[in-house]
Amino acid sequence: MAETAIRIRAQMKDDVTEVKALMSHEMETGLRKDKKTGEVIPAWFIKDVVCEHNGKQVMVAHWGVAVSKNPYLSFKFKGAAKGDTVKVSWTDNKGGAATSEAKVE
Amino acid sequence: MKRRTFLKGTVASSMLGVAVSAGLLTPRMVLAAWPESAFGAKNVDDALNALLGSTSTSESSAIDIKAPDIAENGAVVPITVSTSMSGVESIAVLIKENPSPLACSYDLSANTEGFISCRVKMGKTSDLIAVVKSGGKLHSAKKTVKVTIGGCGG
Amino acid sequence: MKKLLLITAVVSTIGAAPMVSQASPEDDLKAFRGFFLERFPNVPLDEFANGVYAIDAASREQWEAIEEFPPYEIAIEKGEVMFNTPFKNGKTYASCFRNGGIGIKGDYPSFNADTGKVETLEGAINDCRAKNGEATIDPEKGPMVDLTAYMAFTTRGQVTDVKIPHDQRAMDAYEDGKHHYYARRGQLNMACAHCHVDNAGNKVRADILSPALGHTTHFPVYRSSAGGMVSLHHRFVGCNDQVRAAPFKAQSDEYRNLEYFLTYMSNGIPWNGPGARK
Repeated sequence: MAETAIRIRAQMKDDVTEVKALMSHEMETGLRKDKKTGEVIPAWFIKDVVCEHNGKQVMVAHWGVAVSKNPYLSFKFKGAAKGDTVKVSWTDNKGGAATSEAKVE
Repeated sequence: MKRRTFLKGTVASSMLGVAVSAGLLTPRMVLAAWPESAFGAKNVDDALNALLGSTSTSESSAIDIKAPDIAENGAVVPITVSTSMSGVESIAVLIKENPSPLACSYDLSANTEGFISCRVKMGKTSDLIAVVKSGGKLHSAKKTVKVTIGGCGG
Repeated sequence: MKKLLLITAVVSTIGAAPMVSQASPEDDLKAFRGFFLERFPNVPLDEFANGVYAIDAASREQWEAIEEFPPYEIAIEKGEVMFNTPFKNGKTYASCFRNGGIGIKGDYPSFNADTGKVETLEGAINDCRAKNGEATIDPEKGPMVDLTAYMAFTTRGQVTDVKIPHDQRAMDAYEDGKHHYYARRGQLNMACAHCHVDNAGNKVRADILSPALGHTTHFPVYRSSAGGMVSLHHRFVGCNDQVRAAPFKAQSDEYRNLEYFLTYMSNGIPWNGPGARK
């Protein structure tokens, strides 16, 4: 059962659209050991986050393992109109990916 | 406490772990490669050199770091970096005492404001450093965030 | 200045028989509530639902930043999917609960006259599953907590109103829960009340002890330290561990009775789960 991998809210006030996104991801640092086996739990984290407005890139984030689990991101940009599409996509170090869209309100 | 209503993505989103399809990154977009050596750097200067090609930053009071004085929990420290500067090209967040100081970096387009909010992990009390690239120059600000040991195993 | 509670529980070791309390639950509740309202005079009753964030501004600010987009939303969504997914026999959880299962978390814990025991939401969920030919699930961790997160969410705003019927077995369960709360246990030889009543608002190293008043309102919680959802009984296990006492099992009689007492003590305070905590 797939739940929304990236939850997005995009709200416009005056000319500025504030985008907030909550992502579902372990963001494993690669520095922890499994308590039972003693083995290092491999790093597993989102590396790139691409944010687009109406198909045009507005922000690209590069993340390391210090970003918290179930990461949150918020940024602001100008020039949108209500009903426009904001899209957020991520790729992680294991080749995993997710993408989600929301309309500007 | 109010009932929160939240928006769902309007387009079905792919499941966690699904491989990236060719259409995810269109040729039109330029995605700078993930800065591997910057994220691997073990000190702030090396990270800045690898990420931005320089360690020459000038402190700026036009950069505001909103972060707690004492982090409630080092695993999730909510921070916001904002600046009144115009023409911000990028914002980088470094946590000096973390094993690898570079936490995250953001490349902003022309219409995007100098404002980033996120949640980071801090291993111990440390300076939180924000480096803003604007007008071809590097500007910085820092704030000390204390990370403490709880008594309830938290 | 500590104010002595009217409750007369006096126990020094696990297993000792409790003294018969002379106060009724209503008297206990009045004294309990009065203690905290006096200790934290600037905090309205409802605000106790927010625990430590009702009494400490610095941590409240961080909590509000997290509440901007709280990680428990992920659990709520998973829980909603679970709630709406039919069992193999075609029925859903809605068929087992009042009001189709929406907004009913406040119906628990409750005394079940048939079984003679305290019934919890987790117990009722597993009963529902069994009744419909499904295997029961771990009541302490995992998918159960996503489901209860969703059910807590639909119950937000309703007022805690645990009932203790005129049934000796219900009274005994309440007294048992109360006994647990005030009994010393573990290598550290401390009672729940030592931290969350006597020392509410004080610090244990850098942790501020949350007041017991309102404790049950916001479960299950997303804990930053755990990186996931924590159920009330899992927290009981954790607290017992932290005073180095052998914990009981989730959904054991001990913990169900404790939940009964503790939730009753939050009567009058709104349900506001799921919550976010450090």
